Amino acid sequence: MKSAIIQLPGLNRDRDMIAALTKISGHAPHLVWQTETALPDVDLVVIPGGFSYGDYLRCGAIGARMPVMRAVAEKAAQGVMVMGVCNGFQILLEAGLLPGALMRNASLKFVCREVKLRVENANTAFTRFYQPGQIIRCPVAHHDGNYFADEAVLKRIEGEGQVLFRYAEGTNPNGSMNDIAGIVSESGNVLGLMPHPENLIETAHGGDDGRALFESVLGKAA
Amino acid sequence: MLKARVIVTLKNGVLDPQGKAIEGALGGLGFEGVDHVRQGKVFDLQLDTEDRAAAETQLKAMCEKLLANTVIEDYIINVT
Repeated sequence: MKSAIIQLPGLNRDRDMIAALTKISGHAPHLVWQTETALPDVDLVVIPGGFSYGDYLRCGAIGARMPVMRAVAEKAAQGVMVMGVCNGFQILLEAGLLPGALMRNASLKFVCREVKLRVENANTAFTRFYQPGQIIRCPVAHHDGNYFADEAVLKRIEGEGQVLFRYAEGTNPNGSMNDIAGIVSESGNVLGLMPHPENLIETAHGGDDGRALFESVLGKAA
Repeated sequence: MLKARVIVTLKNGVLDPQGKAIEGALGGLGFEGVDHVRQGKVFDLQLDTEDRAAAETQLKAMCEKLLANTVIEDYIINVT
């Protein structure tokens, strides 16, 4: 299967994502710079974490308006799998590819630690190798992970099973509404999540709970 | 040449953790009776036009496209 990683100035988790995709798919991803207006023919596009444009203005806001994001939107509309992690999630929201917004953590603190996630919907291309209700470990590292959506949007995404990952009880690190950690688009092919599954894919990391996410999506696209 | 000021604030009902922290700090400094502090952003822009209506249209587009995230923020445009 073929994948691509979007590169923007300030994104700094791309190396981890390249390592995860290479290790699990057996192929190195294409690296696509922000000024590109077209993407190679791939099955999965990933926007990694970091601090694109220093989070100036709002997290992900400037990155979301770069030319490459129009190409990402086109791929998403064609049904290509798209995944944004951390700043990548913020960029997908700012680009309008997912509903809602991510605001400053309620604690106002940068949070860097492990949390527990509950897999809310295991019936998607991103989560099919997890069990419904499964509790997994995953690291988080962010300042703006406080998910917000208005009542109508929240009701819709909850009702449609678009909330894929929720912080397990007592571990919400940022004040997110309904403990939301990761959501998928209505069409099911665009995922955004705050935690970093790419940092927990083998036992040398201290656990491999993130691996099934990659295996789910890479398997689907193979 | 027109000058414009755009003010972006969080919508009512959206939690503003920074505003809350500032509110707490003001209380700590002895300023009593301060409530509902909300933090926002101000953008000052200079536009190379004398056409107010065109400037306002352009500024609105800027707000919708980049300066504000209309999911969580409102904006006010002042052209002088």
